[in-house]
Amino acid sequence: MTDSPPLSTGTIDGVNGNLIRVTFDQPVRLNEVGYARLSEKHLKAEIVRIRGKQCWLQVFEDTAGLRVGDAIEFSRDLLSIELGPGLLTSIYDGLQNPLPQLAEKCGYFLERGEYIDGLDRTKTWAFTPSVKVGDTIHAGDSVGTVPEGLFTHRIMVPFGWRGAFTVEEISEAQTCTIETVVAKVKDAKGELRSIKLYQNWPVKKAIQAYEERLRPTENMTTQVRILDTFFPVARGGTYCIPGPFGAGKTVLQQITSRRADVDVVIIAACGERAGEVVETLREFPELEDPRTGKSLMERTLIICNTSSMPVASREASVYTAVTIAEYYRQMGLHVLLLADSTSRWAQALRELSGRLEEIPGEEAFPAYLESVIASFYERGGVVRLRDGTIGSVTIGGSVSPAGGNFEEPVTQSTLKVVGAFHGLSRERSDQRRYPAVDPLESWSKYPSLVDAKKVDESRKILKAGRDVEQMMKVVGEEGTAIKDFITYLKADFLDEVYLQQDAFHDVDGSTSADRQQHVFSVIHFILTANLAFKTRDEARKSFIHWQQIAKDWNRMPMESEDFKQQETKLTDAVKACIATGEEN
Amino acid sequence: MQTRYHGIENIIGNVLMLRATDVGYGDLAEVRYEDEVSLAQVIQLDNDKVFLQVFSGGRGIPTDATVRFLGHGLNVPFSDELLGRIFDGSGRPRDGRPELDADPVGVAGPSVNPSQRIIPRDMVRTGIPMIDVFNTLVQSQKLPIFSVAGEPYNPLLARIALQAEVDVIVLGGMGLKYDDYLTFRETLEDAGSLSRTVMYVHTAADPTVECLFVPDLCLAVAEQFALQNKRVLVLLTDMTNYADAMKEIAITMEKIPSNRGYPGDLYSQLAARYEKAVDFATAGSITILAVTTMPGDDVTHPVPDNTGYITEGQFYLRNGRIEPFGSLSRLKQFVNDKTRADHRKIMDRMIQLYASYRSTEEKRSMGFRLTEWDHKLVSFGKRFESDLMDLEKTIHLEEALDSCWQILADCFEKDETGMPSDLIKEFWPKERSEVRG
Ligand SMILES: Nc1ncnc2c1ncn2[C@@H]1O[C@H](COP(=O)(O)OP(=O)(O)OP(=O)(O)O)[C@@H](O)[C@H]1O
Ligand SMILES: [Mg+2]
Repeated sequence: MTDSPPLSTGTIDGVNGNLIRVTFDQPVRLNEVGYARLSEKHLKAEIVRIRGKQCWLQVFEDTAGLRVGDAIEFSRDLLSIELGPGLLTSIYDGLQNPLPQLAEKCGYFLERGEYIDGLDRTKTWAFTPSVKVGDTIHAGDSVGTVPEGLFTHRIMVPFGWRGAFTVEEISEAQTCTIETVVAKVKDAKGELRSIKLYQNWPVKKAIQAYEERLRPTENMTTQVRILDTFFPVARGGTYCIPGPFGAGKTVLQQITSRRADVDVVIIAACGERAGEVVETLREFPELEDPRTGKSLMERTLIICNTSSMPVASREASVYTAVTIAEYYRQMGLHVLLLADSTSRWAQALRELSGRLEEIPGEEAFPAYLESVIASFYERGGVVRLRDGTIGSVTIGGSVSPAGGNFEEPVTQSTLKVVGAFHGLSRERSDQRRYPAVDPLESWSKYPSLVDAKKVDESRKILKAGRDVEQMMKVVGEEGTAIKDFITYLKADFLDEVYLQQDAFHDVDGSTSADRQQHVFSVIHFILTANLAFKTRDEARKSFIHWQQIAKDWNRMPMESEDFKQQETKLTDAVKACIATGEEN
Repeated sequence: MQTRYHGIENIIGNVLMLRATDVGYGDLAEVRYEDEVSLAQVIQLDNDKVFLQVFSGGRGIPTDATVRFLGHGLNVPFSDELLGRIFDGSGRPRDGRPELDADPVGVAGPSVNPSQRIIPRDMVRTGIPMIDVFNTLVQSQKLPIFSVAGEPYNPLLARIALQAEVDVIVLGGMGLKYDDYLTFRETLEDAGSLSRTVMYVHTAADPTVECLFVPDLCLAVAEQFALQNKRVLVLLTDMTNYADAMKEIAITMEKIPSNRGYPGDLYSQLAARYEKAVDFATAGSITILAVTTMPGDDVTHPVPDNTGYITEGQFYLRNGRIEPFGSLSRLKQFVNDKTRADHRKIMDRMIQLYASYRSTEEKRSMGFRLTEWDHKLVSFGKRFESDLMDLEKTIHLEEALDSCWQILADCFEKDETGMPSDLIKEFWPKERSEVRG
């Protein structure tokens, strides 16, 4: 490699909140990391604007005490994280500092200017090579593997390297730390480059060392019925959960993080409550993942930049999270990234934009909000890797709209780019109809677990039932035709026994794909049955009775004898009310 | 070091600009003129231009005032001597007693490392059944009291201050009416509770800027007490005044407003304060209860709205009562399984029955005839309101649970209550009360 020019330094000209203005002496570049010196400490910062000999940096820490004239040291590196074995089970802040290790160093509080390597330098890994001397390899190809918990972790040619490389040296199988050079390769110019167990990657750049992107079609089961059946998410797809405060966004994400049918789950707690992360932190190690029999923590990684942590690293945290997601995708794994809440990240952009005195858009969000959101969700997707294996990154972001009103910039920009919309409604959460996903407003562009035609018919009945309900408020039950009244009862039945689900019940809380297909066919049969009732009272009584049976049925394990019996009880009860030929 | 500067270039609203060097961002300064002294804080640096936010406000400050930088940020003296004391929003004594002679601690310090937090485990008993039974307050919880102007939120806070089973009460007043301040003081004095209380009070008559420091001062001392193993309850009133003060400053600084004039960082600012609530694994805890008045009874107004996104539930104060619907303690399930076997079930059932009572009332108001069941619900609803919702009554949790059973027994037959039989067997009262609702 060529000699690098000296690193730039600079001095502070101005301080405004977490934004500092700096005059620099050597070339710098946008998104380069610099450190502001504050007595013994170095505060990490990132260049967000360059104008002439001055640049502006957003500081990832509290800026109290910084003075005009204080020194800045630039690093030439873009804001980057370390990618290698040992990421899983970690708990990081938005800049990849491991929080438990910070606590060991500093105690209860997060002291500013304290940084710790994202990956443990002392831990050892059992490396097995997978290439031979003379092989030709490219960025993203693996040179070997190490076992990491549940997975075979690929050690890959750094994603940013261009062109073909010839393997010159490759390590035998050995136990080593991440700093060990396990391979040396020669580039087209004949220069040797070393490969270690880890590499650095700038978080704001998507990792694209794959063969091609594919259309997301395969279902990602969440075991939440209203989602999988009505508003499904595909592996490699994107979706959002907007909703007013307290409607259940976080609970829905927590449920998904436990049950989703993926290999790796990355939770980005972005600008929300620290207490909620703690629940995950403390509970996951104790919970068994039914897919593997191991603790749930083994497939999980938490990026935790909660609301009282520095705003600038909140913005970085979603990128840190998605970069790690892409990294595991490069190993042919299916990764789910859950971000709670993307609005807080958008607000971080707004704060920065305000300090930079940019021309504001709607609600003072910057004009580029939409493109920033779009390019973030674009980092989701299914890819075919160079070795033919398939990996995916699925992104689900919650949105916290001001006043619970979806007509606001973050929700609207997000809806333009995602493949599914799980809108939570205040009305449903007030009625404790959980999960409070609005069944008429929400949508998904991905294929359902069950027959699309049946889903469609059911939604029509739901809609028709709602219309009858509205009408009944005006004309009363007396003024409602029995046929309409039955439609209303059917819609209510679907809502009560299928759309609503008790998240905290062992059985009802998670409905497998098989079970959804099975149960939904029975529900569909009831919804489309031609029912004969003489009076509204008789109809209501029957439906209340069926609801009771069906709810109990939801709580019975599918393998159990009770389950079969209960199903017969339900279908028999309904069949007894089906109109015979003559009546029609 | 402590150079004095004479001469101020600009004075806009509460913000002064002067030229000075070697000044730290966030540092304090003393502004002196004639007989006046006021604190000020550096809120922006631009080459040699220093922008200072003056605590006492910009009014009356002459361009030839003297400014001396103190070389440190805002801090507050801390010792046990704080208990029983009352200060203003700048931390000066309001009770006529001398300044506290103690080492200062910084305010608005770093936040707790999330990995050091623990799952909430202990309730805070308040003696108010609508809280203890139905929406249990939990140590380390942050909860707002959403209320319209005119509701008795300050008397409610005062009662909680008297009754809550905690070690230290920190009370922060922001834009408090002077009369309300006096009432707080007298109530606490009369009950002998002042000795476990420290108050930082900014009254409506004080300069706006001083309002901005009240939450930080309160939370900084609360944190110190908590680290000394104390269970601390921080009571703040009214956070909407606090947000309005932030709005005022933001507008003076020509910041671009995001929503109805409030600055774009309102969420982060509020969250930074509320997130100080914590339960230290090996020390004490901080619990925050904060009045948030809703302009126009509108919960989507930016202040209650942003608050709702930060806190762990909310209490609605309406018609002098804590509203059972809408009020929610999101942490109650961590503690109400450890209180008494019937707690969760009776809490749910009472609320469901009360909901039915409300629909019956609607029915009645529309002129429909009431059934026998409706009449039972009505007598239930009235008893619920008089025995449990009345904010004047102090009832211990266990008594309040007994009282729930008594109301059920007085109004319904056993099998009408929908309570599980094993609980009925254990808790159903032997007799109906003399007076029937
Ligand atoms: N599926 C559910 N089942 C039962 N209770 C639920 C469910 N979803 C939400 N809740 C209740 O609602 C409360 C709030 O839910 P949650 O924290 O998920 O809201 P949120 O939408 O994330 O709110 P915020 O925007 O304030 O973070 C929970 O504490 C719980 O009491
Ligand atoms: Mg949430």
